[in-house]
Amino acid sequence: MTSATLAPDRPAPRRTVRSGRRLTRASGLGLGVAMLWFSLLVLIPLTAVVVTASDGGWAEFWATVTNQQTLAAIELTVGTAFLVTLINIVMGTTIAWVLVRDDRFVGRRVLEVLIDIPFALPTIVAGLVLLSLYGPDSPLGVNIANTRVAVFFAFLFVTLPFVVRTVQPVLAELDREAEEAAASLGASRFTVFRRIILPSLTPAIAAGAALSFARGVSEYGSLVLLSGNLPMRTEVTSVRILSSIENDNLEGAAAVAAVLLVISFVVIVAVDVIQRRVVRRG
Amino acid sequence: MSIEIANVSKRFGNFVALDDVSVSIPSGRLTALLGPSGGGKSTLLRIIAGLESADSGRVEIEGLDATNLPPQRRNVGFVFQHYAAFKHLSVWRNVAFGLEIRRRPKAEIRSRVEELLALVHLEQFADRLPSQLSGGQRQRMALARALAVQPTVLLLDEPFGALDAKVRKELREWLRRLHDEVHVTTVFVTHDQEEALEVADEIVVINEGRIEQIGSPDELYDRPANDFVMRFLGPVTQLGDRLVRPHDVQIQVGEGKEDPAEVTGRVTRVTRVGFEIRVEVTGNDQVVTVTLTRNEFLAMDLQVGTTVRVRIAPEVHAGTVAVDQAQLLAT
Repeated sequence: MTSATLAPDRPAPRRTVRSGRRLTRASGLGLGVAMLWFSLLVLIPLTAVVVTASDGGWAEFWATVTNQQTLAAIELTVGTAFLVTLINIVMGTTIAWVLVRDDRFVGRRVLEVLIDIPFALPTIVAGLVLLSLYGPDSPLGVNIANTRVAVFFAFLFVTLPFVVRTVQPVLAELDREAEEAAASLGASRFTVFRRIILPSLTPAIAAGAALSFARGVSEYGSLVLLSGNLPMRTEVTSVRILSSIENDNLEGAAAVAAVLLVISFVVIVAVDVIQRRVVRRG
Repeated sequence: MSIEIANVSKRFGNFVALDDVSVSIPSGRLTALLGPSGGGKSTLLRIIAGLESADSGRVEIEGLDATNLPPQRRNVGFVFQHYAAFKHLSVWRNVAFGLEIRRRPKAEIRSRVEELLALVHLEQFADRLPSQLSGGQRQRMALARALAVQPTVLLLDEPFGALDAKVRKELREWLRRLHDEVHVTTVFVTHDQEEALEVADEIVVINEGRIEQIGSPDELYDRPANDFVMRFLGPVTQLGDRLVRPHDVQIQVGEGKEDPAEVTGRVTRVTRVGFEIRVEVTGNDQVVTVTLTRNEFLAMDLQVGTTVRVRIAPEVHAGTVAVDQAQLLAT
């Protein structure tokens, strides 16, 4: 016999007892607005892309993404974005270090402002700058027009600020005494960096790397002038998508977009996993 | 002598942090560097640790010239006011850090860390992160971490400065007992004279980059070298041209005879703080503070307005100093 039947007059526990789990009005409203906003701007368009991609059926989707020219574009874009991100991890952290830690460096203020130029510049202007510097009429005598190097340079240019700007504030807030403590425990400067500083910076580096990779994969304006967009050689996915649309092949464009979506998602998850592991290992 | 500091000077821009300081710190003892903030005591500690370099002078640790040694090679343990915990590492890994980078065998690290965690009573917190500990626990972790590498000297920079009064008191008693067990030469910086008097074997009073006095707590309290040390180590009051501790002033009811050591005056204020009664006596244009126990006070039946005579207790005359005229003019 249950206690409920023994004491029928006892009021059932009210739901408010568990109010710890319930949202307050304000946070409920906040969550609602955030979800609506996210859905309108992100989820619905992404779903539309996937739906459009699957319009022609699986066979057609597969044929589109395994097309030689498409595969070459994906390989070039993802490969270059990956390489550029690796370089940014090293260079971005170094630049952030100089900006935060090197008091004697006179050009610090100037560099601080210049870092953001690739952010602020419209990408097509960046493309124009790169074309006039490294194009056929290069004043430096460096002509990389119509080569894969052009894509690489364009990526490097536009993704430069990401790691710098994510790492810089974290580095500025680091506890210098923890580094001194490690040093007096016998840790060399390299050990202090690897075991004490790096684990604290890793989440910021990872965030910057993810942004940098995503920006690279999506880049169009800065490379379209210099790379020449040669199929099988210097054509990137964004150019490939645009040309599909211009040829009235919306499904094809959406199929490539869907593949990029999956790759970006995998990369962002992988970055997060690696980041957690580095932090834990210390 | 365990730490020998000879003619050390240090400037930060125009600010003179240490001005030709020489001091010997004895082996195996607990020494306090005491002084007001900005007086140079932390700078001196950081110079001993190698975290700061002296502009001139020599530092010797256990007979070894350490003046130009980097902190890694001085074999000192350093404890910071704000713990300087390795936030991403567990308590266990924090304590093991110094041993791990020395590549000691795993089994040795394990037994040493366990021993130290037991010493600082943190065994059950081994797997926590520093952020999950209270301030006092974090500081004990920091202490275990510093002791793990068996340093020749242990340096503590305002180790209890960030803790609340109660924990602070507990920890300093605990530090004293710990030192009696471990016997490592220890130097700690504090601006709290009570802390220094209670914990230290020897006190070095530092002010404005110079050493004012070195001695045992009793010596410093009973025979202060100058006005500054007298004022810094405890409450003072002025009687005639002498500075004296308020509890070393004798008070008697009634007018005095023509005794030059006595001053006649009237009680102008009575304040009770727990077991202690503070009586202000005004006479000869001077306000003298006298502290009495509750029983003494009740026995005398003092009230505001009572005529009394005060004098410096004859047996404590050595514990008074003449008022520094320059300082008198300044105030």
